[in-house]
Amino acid sequence: MEISKKDVDYVASLARLEFNEKDKESLTQQLGSILNYIEKIKEVDTSKIEPTSHGASGENFWREDKVIKSSQKTIDAIFKNAPDKEADFFKVKKVMDTEEE
Amino acid sequence: MNEIIKMSATTLAEKIKNKELSSVEVTKAFIKRAKETDPKIKAYISITEEYAINQAEESDKKIASGAETGELEGVPIAIKDNILIENIKMTASSKILENYTAPYDATVIEKLKKAGAVFIGKTNLDEFAMGSSTENSAFFTTKNPWNTEHIPGGSSGGSASAVSAMTAPLALGTDTGGSIRQPASCCGIVGLKPTYGRVSRFGAVAFASSLDQIGPMSKTVEDSALLLNVIAGFDKKDSTSINVPVPDYLETIKQDIKGLKIGLPKEYFIDGLDSDVKKSIEKAIEIYKKAGAEFVEISLPHTDYAVAVYYIICCSEASANLARYDGVRYGFRAECDNLLDEYQKSRGQGFGPEVKRRIMLGTYALSAGYYDAYYGKAQKVRTLIKQDFENAFKKVDLILTPSAPTPAFKIGEKSSDPLQMYLSDIFTISCNLAAVPGMSIPCGFSEKGIPIGMQLLARNFDEQTMFKAAYSYQQATEWHKQFPNI
Amino acid sequence: MKNKYEVVIGLEVHSQIKTETKVFCNCSTDFHSQPNTNICPVCTGQPGVLPVLNKKAVELLVKTALALDCSINKKSVFARKQYFYPDLPKNYQISQYELPFAEHGKLNISADGKIKSIGITRIHLEEDAGKLLHEIGSRQLDCSLADYNRTGIPLMEIVSEPDMRSPQEAAAYLTALKNLIEYIETSDCNMEEGKFRCDANISIRPVGQKEFGTKAELKNMNSISGVEEALEYEVQRQIETVENGGKIIQETRTWDPNEKITKSMRSKENAHDYRYFPDPDLVPVNLDDVFIENIKITIPELPEKRKERLIQEYGLPEYDANVIISDKALVNFYEDALNNTAKDAENIPKLIANWLTTELLGKLNNAKLTIKESPVKAEYLGQLVSFISKGTISGKIAKTVFEEMFNTNKDPETIIKEKGLVQISDENEIIKICQEAADESPKAVAEYKSGKERALGAIVGLVMKKSKGKANPQMVNKILADLLK
Repeated sequence: MEISKKDVDYVASLARLEFNEKDKESLTQQLGSILNYIEKIKEVDTSKIEPTSHGASGENFWREDKVIKSSQKTIDAIFKNAPDKEADFFKVKKVMDTEEE
Repeated sequence: MNEIIKMSATTLAEKIKNKELSSVEVTKAFIKRAKETDPKIKAYISITEEYAINQAEESDKKIASGAETGELEGVPIAIKDNILIENIKMTASSKILENYTAPYDATVIEKLKKAGAVFIGKTNLDEFAMGSSTENSAFFTTKNPWNTEHIPGGSSGGSASAVSAMTAPLALGTDTGGSIRQPASCCGIVGLKPTYGRVSRFGAVAFASSLDQIGPMSKTVEDSALLLNVIAGFDKKDSTSINVPVPDYLETIKQDIKGLKIGLPKEYFIDGLDSDVKKSIEKAIEIYKKAGAEFVEISLPHTDYAVAVYYIICCSEASANLARYDGVRYGFRAECDNLLDEYQKSRGQGFGPEVKRRIMLGTYALSAGYYDAYYGKAQKVRTLIKQDFENAFKKVDLILTPSAPTPAFKIGEKSSDPLQMYLSDIFTISCNLAAVPGMSIPCGFSEKGIPIGMQLLARNFDEQTMFKAAYSYQQATEWHKQFPNI
Repeated sequence: MKNKYEVVIGLEVHSQIKTETKVFCNCSTDFHSQPNTNICPVCTGQPGVLPVLNKKAVELLVKTALALDCSINKKSVFARKQYFYPDLPKNYQISQYELPFAEHGKLNISADGKIKSIGITRIHLEEDAGKLLHEIGSRQLDCSLADYNRTGIPLMEIVSEPDMRSPQEAAAYLTALKNLIEYIETSDCNMEEGKFRCDANISIRPVGQKEFGTKAELKNMNSISGVEEALEYEVQRQIETVENGGKIIQETRTWDPNEKITKSMRSKENAHDYRYFPDPDLVPVNLDDVFIENIKITIPELPEKRKERLIQEYGLPEYDANVIISDKALVNFYEDALNNTAKDAENIPKLIANWLTTELLGKLNNAKLTIKESPVKAEYLGQLVSFISKGTISGKIAKTVFEEMFNTNKDPETIIKEKGLVQISDENEIIKICQEAADESPKAVAEYKSGKERALGAIVGLVMKKSKGKANPQMVNKILADLLK
């Protein structure tokens, strides 16, 4: 399976990862060889097989609609890790309308 | 050497409860040992001395006052640094979480606190548990206590080394594709991955949610059962935990194994298996036969696809699980002029190469046009791998395999070739894909003196049978009484 | 020009499900809390956290789906929708993709006086994102400030088929949908608070063409009239583009309510590759018949059924019925009022409808109040109408009483007593007043007697003046006619 540098650029932008040119080259090669190895699953006939998407086969796991308020201690602990904050907000670089969603 | 550090957790728990030893005395002994040996072994990211001594004092007070005590009252335990303890730093061995302090307790930590355990430190791992050697830690590589030129295995290499080097009698690890069993095998200790859903995942940093389990790492089989007794059970905070009653694993551990049917999957005993590993396993089979177990050759026909399926699934899930590390609410932020750059640089610089490689692979496998060929296909082959185990367990009670194809390799030996590194997990991966419980127990040493492990696999929620078989073997051998020379 | 093209519209509505707690954690959904107080490790996406589904959110979604005639899928699965945005703590949204809770429903709307059925493609459950602030008051910030109180509030996304053929139909659909949801109380539907949001897909095609044209997705409409306006603009824009030889490109456009135009946000070429996959942290949901039946029985009478009943049971004209059922609070008010009227009174349903839709709604409108905030209680309106019907007060006096009721919140009986407004229906008293009035109006009496029937009006006027409007008008007419024979 060939993976092009263009593919790598596209996937890196989806995953929000920056690579320098050198790393990108070795990554392209490594991903290529891993994908090559992975190709072998195509040999398996799975035409009548259901996919397994969960670790276990449980169903209907839910809880009651009851408020449990976080303690101030927990909220403070969450804020303490923030790289930047202003008043009661987490502060980030300005979001441009066109950037996403 | 202080005799305390050689004692099993079961013994320590008893002696502390009987007031033969105080928890502070025990905790200090392990911390002292860690201070002496860890500069060489590097099992710990942080030793939480003050926290541990406080807890130990509390335990001693409790015992002195005659209050009700927990099953692990006063017994130290090392915690893999991808499990959250409130108010303690939690790095997942990543630069991106280097300064992160946990705002809550993992469910297993709550249970351990209730049981009276003492947290003596956070252990090293491959960044976000992605790796088989701890070489992917953003901070340093942990050494194998039996030979410091060799890897301790991974990703729970820090926990395995800590127990092996006697700096902790017990440790918690996490296992996504062998991350408890493979390092346990490398370091000559016991490591168990419970049935998926047996132990709550709440508060363990998610790597691959459908595969991850927290499990015990210990010097002996009884200690493993003791620790599983404490951490197992349904959790209303984890939708994938399963409401099956938890038996007392210690109660049945000494039962006879006569007539037990053990399967040997032919796909695991192939050319290329290290000769020392092969010899050790053959000897183990003989010991089991003497104890009355019957061996049956079985087949797990889709074994050859397990590594490929595993890497597609774990990377796909990881690519989403690790999206939250973006420097917005917590973690490393590379200051930039605009948000997009900030995301890309924070993540580009905050994650190490293996983590980025896996995020890339997973993102690719889920991206438009490739989903069916990779992720969708892998999910279906996973079903077949699961069925292989269901069919096998119709014929046998347990499956026995080597834990790894070779004893612990040398540091640096495989770090340049990710695929070769992935293939070293070949014997441990299927167990996670099938959700069944698995355990590695020491079964010998290579000619060079590196430990060798054997893996037992059991039916879903049948850890009891596994413990029974592991204990029977342990009692017939001396491996668990060997200590590395450091 | 417009007749050359057919407009095709489909709508995606996000409606906040009315639960106490968020969909995957126990934080409150309260809208008015201080920023970042309804947060916890789970909804802020801390390492190691896991989601646990709120059962109530599922129940309310299923209730909505049943009210919209959807079929409920036996097995539903949650999926992760992945994109990076600072209001989305995990950088993926837990949503549904392949197996949503409900599919294949419909909602009837009235279009051009006819009933038209709009298909519902699917209804799925997902978590809301947080809020980003770009200004404080009027001060523009050079950064964005994230508030995660809203993060994780349950939303039901209701996706319609592209069945609407005009902006008016789209507005009718939204009005009907909002009304239905308010009837079953599964969402507050408060558009100002963002609890009922709508995106629109719109395309045009030459009349007669089968294939759909290229669609544009419109966002940022904050009211039903905003949706209608934005669609009107977009219809014009697309027609002009095509007529001028241009091509419509598939893109997302944002509605600017100040300039009243839509603006391009991004084209679909670089749109998102969301990499949906089943969320391994959440197990599938399997809704059995018992679960569904138990929800079915909680569904109240829906607007369409209720309208039919108003027409059949009370003999209301369709027009009145339509006005009254357009708001659940209004129809409840109406029936409350009706239940508080005297049993022997006549023509009450229509009278109450008149008083409600003209007098009360008019006054409420002027005072900018909703029916729920009405100072006049439903039972009081019922009593007032009973008084009129029984002749205790005249229609004219009733207006005075009603005015007083609206201003003082008092019941009509108290007001009538306090002000002495009870209609005079005592025959002797009326005869006495009539005699006085006739005596004082010799000219009018003469004219009347000479055959000018209209002259009676002046005398009636004087009677009413003397009685302060309280004399029973029918009796006055009759008695005067007798007196002047």
